[in-house]
Amino acid sequence: MVVKVISSAEAISEAVKLAKPNVIPVYPITPQTKISEKLADYIANGELDANYIRVESEHSAMSAAIGASGTGVRVFTATSSQGLSYMHEIVYAAAGMRMPIVMADANRAISSPINIWNDQQDSLSERDSGWIQIYAETGQEAFDTILQAYKVTENPDICVPTMVCVDGFILTHTVDPVSILTQEEVDSFLPPFKPVNAYLDPADPMSLGTLADPDYYLEIRKDLDDAMQRSLPLIEEVGKEFGDKFGRYYGLLEEYKTEDADIILIAMGSICGTIKEVIDQQRENGVKVGLLRVRVYRPFPKEAIINAVGDAKLAVLDKDISLGSGGALYLDTKSVVSNEVHGFILGLGGRDVTPSDIVEIIEKTESTSSDEIKWIGLRE
Amino acid sequence: MDIDAKEYLAPGHRGCAGCGATMAVRLVLKALGSNTVAVSATGCLEVITTPYPETSWEIPWIHVAFENASAVASGVEEALRSQGKEDVNIVVFGGDGGTTDIGMQSLSGAMERQQNIIYVCYDNEAYMNTGIQRSSSTPFGASTTTTPAGTQSFGETKPKKNMAMIMAAHGIPYVATACASYPQDLMNKVKKAAETKGPAYIHILQPCATGWGYDPAKTVKLGKLAVESNSWILYEIDHGKVNITQKPANKIPVVDYLSQQKRFRHLDEKHIQIIQDFVDQQSKELGLLE
Repeated sequence: MVVKVISSAEAISEAVKLAKPNVIPVYPITPQTKISEKLADYIANGELDANYIRVESEHSAMSAAIGASGTGVRVFTATSSQGLSYMHEIVYAAAGMRMPIVMADANRAISSPINIWNDQQDSLSERDSGWIQIYAETGQEAFDTILQAYKVTENPDICVPTMVCVDGFILTHTVDPVSILTQEEVDSFLPPFKPVNAYLDPADPMSLGTLADPDYYLEIRKDLDDAMQRSLPLIEEVGKEFGDKFGRYYGLLEEYKTEDADIILIAMGSICGTIKEVIDQQRENGVKVGLLRVRVYRPFPKEAIINAVGDAKLAVLDKDISLGSGGALYLDTKSVVSNEVHGFILGLGGRDVTPSDIVEIIEKTESTSSDEIKWIGLRE
Repeated sequence: MDIDAKEYLAPGHRGCAGCGATMAVRLVLKALGSNTVAVSATGCLEVITTPYPETSWEIPWIHVAFENASAVASGVEEALRSQGKEDVNIVVFGGDGGTTDIGMQSLSGAMERQQNIIYVCYDNEAYMNTGIQRSSSTPFGASTTTTPAGTQSFGETKPKKNMAMIMAAHGIPYVATACASYPQDLMNKVKKAAETKGPAYIHILQPCATGWGYDPAKTVKLGKLAVESNSWILYEIDHGKVNITQKPANKIPVVDYLSQQKRFRHLDEKHIQIIQDFVDQQSKELGLLE
């Protein structure tokens, strides 16, 4: 093990290199490009033996990923924002065809107006696609999660693709110390991929991606949802196995000072670092506040959330909005708990979220009605 | 020519009577043999051959969407190559919509990247799977459900896109046109494409009884009329060299081809002459006419 001071983009690239994918189809988009450039460097320098396909669009990146995965090899791709939206159709197809693809998404706002900065609208807009979605808080977690993602997604009882989401720029372009596992350590955790269900092989012909009429479609969709549900305990199991081997444990959620909390903030991604700082300060002032960090957003960990929130007031922070309704995480949370739930929209298009914004959210949750969704940091 | 007796596209599929697409695909697969992976774009062929849980495909087959078959094939190719399986033929089947319209970007990308795939366009000159809507491959004068002939309309107003030449402009090693009515010519071209290192593109004119409006027993006949009238010229561009592979034995006027089809039945002499002039022009460009 070595510790490198690197960005999350590089941390993800290091993890991908250690996972040894056969095929990497990618198309450039900010802020994801730091990942695909790094992988190109590894291949150019002989550190990674993978077939890198410089496709002409994200739509083709995901299409080529499916074609490659369909032959039964390990595949990686990465995207952001408009790129993810452009591949949307094929994101659904990858899940429906049960292709065990791992993709990194560098979270970025969606047009219009065009904006290259961070929020989580891109991946949250894909929440219904049948992909497991995991949101990392740090570069270390991004590195560790890529390796866990392959282990979960390639499990023959699961075969559901996984999106590892990291906040664009905030994580992809800022550096942190990241412990890099050795190849031997990774090999001991993540075996080579061996497809057992469906694959393209002239010695054993199968048809993949067929037409299903109303007699079959409903059952096939239910099978996919069942596989998503089955992935929840497996994600926990793999997170624990990873912890037992390497000392860093991961679950569906991270509970930070929630046990006695009157107010629990619920959020995803890098913003949780800021929230933890504010919680520590607030607790010194006697405010009983905690954080529930949703690490696994799809499948939505209902039971874990219900068990974690007790009867605290909840404040859900969304860097996204289902326009005309509310934040995606807020709506999901409200659907599973009977607590008082306050919804906050913030940080869209890279608007900075400061500790004082978090303090304001705590105060508003204490003292105002939860009837309306509140926008934080909005200029008058 | 030795023709493989084995069928790789099983009968019992849901194709219309007289389906020209399955006729062409059957021959292509016989030329390629069992060591082949097929990739289909969404379209007639995909719908009629794979109603879950059944399949007509006796070789590995994958379909993902309409516009991305070339990208899917790129992934298949790179993945097989990464496993040392470079001897497997990878053939893509797209209709004219999936090739000349919505699939053109991914096709252009795959050709430019020199992916070692054989792309076969089965061109029935309209969106037949969705009910005979006009594509960029629909010829001048054809009545379709989105270019219907009427009192103020004579059908499609523009000539069809010249896809084979667009592919040739990519500088790929092998481009050909073909028609299943000339099975030996078609299979020779497929075999050449398979032997070619790098991308190959074969554009098959595929008569469609349902969409063109003719007796389903006459699919082979329609293909022959297309070639004999020079409406469809059979050629190949092998590493930049153009060869006409099948010259019409008895050249016939285009009206003999057009008059067999309901989609052209509304045309008057003036429009037929425009088509004849266009066909003559193309024949000259390819050296078929002085």
